[in-house]
Amino acid sequence: MPLLSVQRLSKQFGVHWALREVSFDVGAGDVVTLFGPNGAGKTTLVRLVATLGKPTSGVIVLDGRPLKASAASVRQGIGFVSHQPLLYPDLTAHENLTFFARLYGLTESRPRIDALLGRVGLAHRADDPVRQYSRGMQQRLSLARALLHDPRLLLLDEPYTGLDPVATDWLNRLLAELSQQGHTILMTSHDLQGGAALASRVLILAGGRLVFAADAASLAPGELAAAYLAAGRVATEGARDAGMTADGLRGAP
Amino acid sequence: MTPSRLNTATRILGILTLIAMAVSLYMALIWSPPERTMLGDSVRILYFHAPAAWTAYLSFGVVAIASVMYLWKRKHIWDIIALASAEIGVLLTTLTLISGMLWGKTVWGTFWTWDARLTSTLVLWLIYVGYLMLRAAIDDPERRARLAAIVGIVGALDIPIIHFAVLWWRTLHPQPIAVRPGGPALDPPLALTLNVAMIAFTLLYAYLLLARVQLELTRDQAEAQRQPVEAPVGAD
Amino acid sequence: MTTTREETRAPAPPITTETTRRGGLALYLAQVGALVWKDLAAERRTKEILSAMLVFALLVVLIFNFAFDLRRVEMDLVGPGILWVAFTFAGILGLNRAFALEKDRGALEGLMLAPMERSAIYVGKLISTLLLMSIMEIAIFPVYALLNNQPIRLDILPVVFMGTLGFVAAGTVIAAMAANTRTREVLLPILLFPILVPVIITAVGATAIVVRGGGWDELAAPLSLLAIFDIVFLVAGFLVFEYVIEE
Repeated sequence: MPLLSVQRLSKQFGVHWALREVSFDVGAGDVVTLFGPNGAGKTTLVRLVATLGKPTSGVIVLDGRPLKASAASVRQGIGFVSHQPLLYPDLTAHENLTFFARLYGLTESRPRIDALLGRVGLAHRADDPVRQYSRGMQQRLSLARALLHDPRLLLLDEPYTGLDPVATDWLNRLLAELSQQGHTILMTSHDLQGGAALASRVLILAGGRLVFAADAASLAPGELAAAYLAAGRVATEGARDAGMTADGLRGAP
Repeated sequence: MTPSRLNTATRILGILTLIAMAVSLYMALIWSPPERTMLGDSVRILYFHAPAAWTAYLSFGVVAIASVMYLWKRKHIWDIIALASAEIGVLLTTLTLISGMLWGKTVWGTFWTWDARLTSTLVLWLIYVGYLMLRAAIDDPERRARLAAIVGIVGALDIPIIHFAVLWWRTLHPQPIAVRPGGPALDPPLALTLNVAMIAFTLLYAYLLLARVQLELTRDQAEAQRQPVEAPVGAD
Repeated sequence: MTTTREETRAPAPPITTETTRRGGLALYLAQVGALVWKDLAAERRTKEILSAMLVFALLVVLIFNFAFDLRRVEMDLVGPGILWVAFTFAGILGLNRAFALEKDRGALEGLMLAPMERSAIYVGKLISTLLLMSIMEIAIFPVYALLNNQPIRLDILPVVFMGTLGFVAAGTVIAAMAANTRTREVLLPILLFPILVPVIITAVGATAIVVRGGGWDELAAPLSLLAIFDIVFLVAGFLVFEYVIEE
């Protein structure tokens, strides 16, 4: 049984469809990267999985349980790193993590918080207010927050955006380690550099639809790039007659 | 209901409203004799004021019910009904306040007095003006509907509380003795005129509500047709 | 990103630390406690909400003095009103700031991710705002009394507390709503004051009784009215809050 199963998921904002009939599975221990041009619906999708919204139709099943029915208990199993750090700027890193640990019902969280701060390289700044952090530091703290309750599923929305090569490398190694330890990771990326290296499976979303899905191992060189560009063209030109299904695009050169 | 059937219903209701309004106006301004004891011809304002107040309360009641239904069923139509009813309610409350002030000037000699009923009506007006401002300040239709529904419910629950509090407050300060509407019983022809006016206004409310709902549905359709050009969603 | 060489190279220690988890009502209370602690810890560092409320309330008292050229006799009549204008307007300022901070870096979303009843957020924010407003009121009342040559009476405390509780019970819900709109700060007073008319009227009336030296038997009626309003707004806020921040 897959850890996460997204089934015919649709989300409508007003009269605009952000997602249409998206279905895919994520197996336990997988690293899945969801590619797509801006506005493809990637953020909407991970936010729905993170329980930060209600789907218009369709279901999300985590660990055999539909998300809607058991949102509160399901949330224990999810960690989410958003565009925004989701932190309190006037609290220190340590205070932020202590606060969120209490929300997750963790007791005697101090050793765990210290270990996590060390792991994201912020131990020496743990007692500075987050307001004084650089963007990259805030993002690493945000990662520590998402890992605090040891979630089975880690969601990252555009984690590579704005990172320099050193930071990208650091993030890659951390995610690889987490994956080895059995965490399942679902992340989004709008460019092919970020997230492709680690992925065991890649998906492409365009115009709210899933247009490409493949195991990373089975990809021919350049295939992902070609599929992404084709998807991007569809999204910008609005080609309504392209017959765009995952299979149809997969067969394209 | 399909738009075309709604269309027919609106048209029939519009004709009925027109007839009722004409009859009501004739009775109020010409047929009805002046009140004998103290109001005189000023009673004719009452034929306008009392039905406006009644339909105002009716429309806010409808806002509250539609709001509850929206939060329960999450159907867009309930939000449209709440919006339509709130707009009409604010209009009717405005008319109630203005006609009340005119009546007050002729009967009490003053446009305004801070008595319980006037004060509550003014607060009520402010609550639903706030409701419309809240709606105007939210872009996402789902969020707009949800937050507006909360104000729609809380506002209606607040009405009796406000009245209660204002009454207590009034007992603290001495109040000039004033003639209150609905005090002495009206003569039969006057009561009849008032009843006809009530019916006419209720019909008017129903007609405006239907027409406004219809307008909003048409706007939604237009929006939905415009959509694919703006944001392509791929092929089906 | 400013990582030192040493940090990036150091092998990250695996997370093995065992932690235990709470559940049920104990968890709920712990979450509310954490939310209050978080607000107060941030406020202790920045002091921005409290200082803004204090200065603003003082300004209101001052401006009314200019506006009315107050003398002793008139003070008994208009004083209670001035006090409550100062308290509630300063409270609006505090509520707006409190929710602006929640929205600032998406922190409110961080709360939404936690396995937590939405009402815990309501209760937490209500308690922390009530505490901050109470501090402001306790500081402002003696200043107001001194400046206007009024007696400092302790039996005003229950009136102030009950009035403020009603204000915060409704204000927390409306402030959370307003934070989700385009016009934000503008909408809070516009929506809140009409809804709060019952609480403000009763609180001003009760304060007038205190100022004129009325006894507890006179105060019983407005205080019980305030208690009813407080309960209504608390229950409504508790039930409705889930819908306010659901996204």
